[in-house]
This record gives sequence, C-alpha cells and structure tokens, in this order.
Amino acid sequence: MISEVIPHLLHSVPTDDTWITFDVNALSENFWSSTFDGLTFGAIYALVALGYTLVYGVLNLINFAHSEVFITGCYGVFFTLSALNFGPSAPRLAFWAIVGNLILALVVAIIASAVMAVIVERVAYKPLRQRKAPRLAFLITAIGVSFAIQYTIYWWRGPSPEAALTMFRPLPIFDVFGTIIDSQQVVIVVAAIILMIATDQFIRRSKTGRGIRAVAQDPDTATLMGVNKERIIVTTFIIGGILAGAAALFYVMKIPSGVQYNGGFILGVKAFAAAVLGGIGNVRGALLGGLLIGLIGNYGQVLLGSSQWTDVVAFVVLVLVLIVRPEGVLGSSLGKSKA
Amino acid sequence: MYRKKVISAIAAAATLGLLVTGCANQSGPSGTETSGGGGRINIPAISKVDVPAGAVLPAGDGKANCPSTTTLAYAGAETGPNAQLGINIFNGIQLAINQHNAANPGCQVQFKKFDTEGDPNKATGPVTQIVSEPNIVGVVGLPFSGESKATGNIFEQKGLVHITPSATNPGLTKNGWTTFFRALGNDAVQGPAAAKFLTDKLQAKKVYLVQDDSDYGIGLGTSTSQALGSAMVGSDKVVTGQKDFSAVISKIINAKADTVYYAGYYAEGAPFDQQLVGKGFNGSFVGPDGVKDDQFIKQAGDASSNSYFTCPCIPGELIPSFEAEYKKLANAEPGTYSIEGYDAATVLLSGIDKGKQSRADLLSWVKSYDASGLSKHYKWDATGELATPDVYGYKVENGKIVPIGVIGK
Repeated sequence: MISEVIPHLLHSVPTDDTWITFDVNALSENFWSSTFDGLTFGAIYALVALGYTLVYGVLNLINFAHSEVFITGCYGVFFTLSALNFGPSAPRLAFWAIVGNLILALVVAIIASAVMAVIVERVAYKPLRQRKAPRLAFLITAIGVSFAIQYTIYWWRGPSPEAALTMFRPLPIFDVFGTIIDSQQVVIVVAAIILMIATDQFIRRSKTGRGIRAVAQDPDTATLMGVNKERIIVTTFIIGGILAGAAALFYVMKIPSGVQYNGGFILGVKAFAAAVLGGIGNVRGALLGGLLIGLIGNYGQVLLGSSQWTDVVAFVVLVLVLIVRPEGVLGSSLGKSKA
Repeated sequence: MYRKKVISAIAAAATLGLLVTGCANQSGPSGTETSGGGGRINIPAISKVDVPAGAVLPAGDGKANCPSTTTLAYAGAETGPNAQLGINIFNGIQLAINQHNAANPGCQVQFKKFDTEGDPNKATGPVTQIVSEPNIVGVVGLPFSGESKATGNIFEQKGLVHITPSATNPGLTKNGWTTFFRALGNDAVQGPAAAKFLTDKLQAKKVYLVQDDSDYGIGLGTSTSQALGSAMVGSDKVVTGQKDFSAVISKIINAKADTVYYAGYYAEGAPFDQQLVGKGFNGSFVGPDGVKDDQFIKQAGDASSNSYFTCPCIPGELIPSFEAEYKKLANAEPGTYSIEGYDAATVLLSGIDKGKQSRADLLSWVKSYDASGLSKHYKWDATGELATPDVYGYKVENGKIVPIGVIGK
C-alpha cells in the first residue's frame, strides 16, 4: 500500500524465482530503440565527461564536484522554464516562442554552471594549490565540496524532485528499421555532437586551447613560456561548466522530472566512468566513452530484462575494458593530443 | 579563435531551434488528440455510492456511559513524506469521535495521536508508548504496511486491538497476530479485481505489466499477472527512484500493448506515464492505490488524462452526510482512506458504548463484530481479514480523480 512509498523502509524480497536470464529476443526486438536511446544518454554523459577530462588533464585532479556543477545547471533550467510557465504538460506555444524560451534556459544554465565551476575552483582548489597541498587533499576536498553543494540544495529545496518540465512533445522524424527516431533524440544528439566538435577544435586550434594543452603537458615549462597558468585553469573550469550547463538542458529535456538535489550524482559517476573508459584527459575519448556507456547500459538492461541492470552492466564493462586497456580506449593525456 | 566557437555555438542553437520548431508545430493538435484518447472506452463517473442498510454510526443511541479516561489512539504518519495519507485518516477518526461525543454526554472518549512519520524504524517508539498507557483501549492504525509489520508484535504482547484503515500487504495477516484487523481488501484481492477491470471494462487485449521493486509492487504485480493470464503481453520491472523509462517504453510500444498496468507508487508512476504519452502511447495507463493521489496528476500533467486507478478504498466523497461533516472539520474533501479511518473508529466506539471498555473486552468485541459501517460491512475472519471487500475503480477526468464504481465483480 501507500505505506511503502518510502522505499528504504522496505525489506524487499523478490518473489520471482528467476535469477539472471538473458532475453536475446527482447534485445533483437528492441535493438534499434535501445541504440537510439543509448546514444541520446551517451551524448549527455559525454558532455559532462568533458568537464572531468579537461580538469583532469590540466590539474591531474578528479573534480568530484562536477556533478554539482551539472545539477546547478539543471536548477537554472528549472527556474527559468518554471518562470516561463512551463510545467508537466506540453506547452501550447508558438514554436518560435518555445525555441526562444529554450535558448534562454540554455543560456541561464550555462551561466549558472560556469559560475558554480569558477566558485568551486576559487573556494576549494585555488587555496590548496597556493599552499602546495598534496594530491590526496584535493581529492578529499573535491568530495567534500560535492556533498556540501548537494546538501545545501537539499536544505533549500527539500528531498523531493522538482515538478516535471516538458519542453516540447517529441515528434517522430525518421523511421529506421521500423523504429521511430523522435525530434528530442535528434536535438540532443546533434546539439551535443556540435558542442563536442567545437570544444575539440577550440582545444586544438585556439590560442587558449594551446595554452590548456601546454599546461596539461608541463605546467612549469608552460609558465616559463609565458602562459598564464591561473588564467588557463579558470578557463578550463569555465569550459567544463559551459558544457555541463548545456548537458543540463538536454538532461531535463530527456528526463523532465530529473531535477533533484542528488540528481547529478549517478550521472556524474557515469560521466566520470565515460571519461575513464575513453581515456581520461582525452577530449575525443570522453565523447567515445560517453556514447559507449550510454549504449552498453541500455543494451544490458534490455538483455537482462530490467532497468535494475543498467548501471551494473555499464560498470562491469568499464572494469573489463580497463583490465585490458588501463589507459582507456583512446589512451589518456590531453597534453599529448596532436595539435 | 573565439569567433569559431561563437559560430559553432550559434550553429548549435540554430539546429536546436529548427528541430524544436518541427515538433512544436504540431504540439498543440497532438496534445489534444492524446487527451481525447483515440478508441478509448468511456466509463462514466459515478455520482453516488450505496450506503449499506443499517450502517452503524458513531453517535449510537446517545445513552452510552464510560469513564472519562477512556481513550482511543491513532498511530501513523502526521509528518514525513507521506503525511497526507495519515492526515486523511486521522481526520476521519476525529470526525467519528466528535460525532460520538456530541451525541453521548455520558461518554466522552478521548483521542490521542502518535506520529510515526510512516517509518517502520520510528514507529516502534510511539507504539511502545501507546501500549504502556493503560487508558488506551483501542487503536486505529498503522496506515502503512512496513510500519504495521514492524509493530504488530508489540500490540500482540499487550493484547491491544488495532484496526488498519489502509495497509494492504497480504502478508500482514499471516503473522498469527490476534489483535490485527484490516478494514479493507488486501492486494491479493486488488490484483485479480484489477485484471478483470482491465480485460472487461477497459477491453484491453494486450496488457503490459510494470512493477517496482517494493514489497507492495512485487506482491501486487504477481497477483495481477496471474489473474491476467494470456492478456498480458509482457512485463518489466523498474526501481524506486528511477527517472528514465525509455527502455521500458520501447518494449511496451514494440509489444503493441494497448494498456499498461503499473504496480507501484506515484513517485515513479507519474514520470513513467508522462514519458509514455510523450513517446506516442495512445492506450490507457492503470495504477493501483499507491498511484491514486492528486500528486500523480500534478506531476504527470496532461499525460495523466489516460489514467485509471484501482483501489480497495471507498469514495467517501460521494456519501453526502460524511462529505459535508468531514469538510467542516478538515476544511478539505475526504481523501483516500478517510472513510476507512472513520469506520474503523466507529467499530471501536460502538464497542465502548456497549460497555466493552477494557482492552480484552474491546478485542473480543471486534473479533465477533458483524455490522455495516458507512463504507461497507465489517466481519473479520480469524486472521483479521474482511470477507468480501470491494475494490473501486477511479479515473482522471478534467484533472481530478473521480470514482467509476466497483470493479472486479
């Protein structure tokens, strides 16, 4: 009964006698739909993974607070769209009005995430850097900041998810082997890939990008060569924040009720896993890793017959890949990436 | 250098814009079409329920006598995430006691509330306190299955009768407890009734069953799937706290299901239904009592217009005398399980009026009770289950949950 609304109260005892069964049939029937959904999630993971990878490349620091940078963007989207009267029901607006509103939400999310990323850097990491703290201190600080932000949001917004926000009703666009690809999937994947290509090109071709790579390769020499290291670090956090903000918009588009104080946690872990899978510190690796994690998780849950398996499968595959290739699929190192 | 980035960003925004455009264009019409419901069966809402003849009311004959210390208690959520359910229930109890005391100057029964927050871990404290207060002779509660499971033994040891107005886990009456009584049907009744409702009333040919990972969801899912038989074309499980249902939805759409039954709570049911409709599902979405809440409509928005509910609860809002008095007391419409709380209190009050004013006397009174309340007839078997409890169907109409009558018969 309503009694068990609180999940953790439950002593859940599965009553079915089956344990693990492989449903190859279900996978072949749902192959294309799981592929497209997997790619959609993968694109979102990849955008967040870039934030982990860039910061790791420059500072050798796993920025665990990046999931909170992401969730800050989600709240940016939530407050903007709520103020614009979006709600659980699909909006009945002229399409240009929707486009305008979504772009506004995107801008707010990007600003919110980028500002949060800079705050985290300034408050948590810079003082440690100036005092030449050991790397372990950075790691613990990162985890601490992550929880501090999470529970500040909890204290402010409470434990429940925010009301759902439907941005638009997805419409079928293509039909691939009998499976419909809808506009939402296309928007997310296309926009995410454009953003990732832009980031990749920015790192490879722009002057700032060259600075980022130089600091990643050898911070001291880079400084001697006239690169402003502190500025490069802040820029790196800002780029990560911008991408996380964009990911936030797509995430809420895909999961309208996903805005919650700890809503970034699992996604952050998966994005981090994606970065490691592709090769941490490697921009293209983050893209590849994100798409792989999205796809593998989705195939796994269809094959094993329950949503409970998504994360299990994704992380088991991660472990297996790392046993074979500890560097990740594409190998790590931002500094060594060819200019 | 920056220009490139700006150009890319603009390109991204433009692409986004173009694509959204394509969708937004048709969002209006497709929205209305969905709420219209294609070939969906229209089951009219009922506007009244039959009150059993000779229903016992709390007022009694007005000549009752009892010591002024006689106390009934409510144990259950007053605060916490599911507080509303508890509030629905104790307002029902309060109403019964107010009516009783107003009619019986010689018997002023006191009412005490104990807050469990709906949490089994916190429930043992207040329940221990209740059983150690000798003036408390009967209890209405606990509302939730988890906390009922955790505290049944405490009541049993002290021989204190308690009637739950809402806990539906079938296993609760299999503990050998002699002091536990259930004032509604359990999920072994709800499952088959739901199956019959789906295949008969909704004329579903292909039902897809989805359950969550709670005791409630698993139990109800199992009893429903057994009763559905060949009408069930597939089943899947989701987890508590799940937010994305795209894989389940693909399976449902590929199975060409016309109806989805979701055994779980509204916290997952609402986003599930919303994403289901968003993916172009045109059939009906049916959920049990755990989904039947205004929060479901609030969270799912327009999508909820395809929804029906099964619930072993009687629509108290359709009993005019009850509705009016409840509204006066609580300043709100009777909620899910308000009338069950009212009836459970009435059973205990009528015993007190008959002089059963000790714990042992009141327990044996409830054991041999055989009379009707406002919502239904109450006569328990040896385990504390009712003989033939009704299950009601509900649907969403114009953004409100309205009853559509008894189902499963």
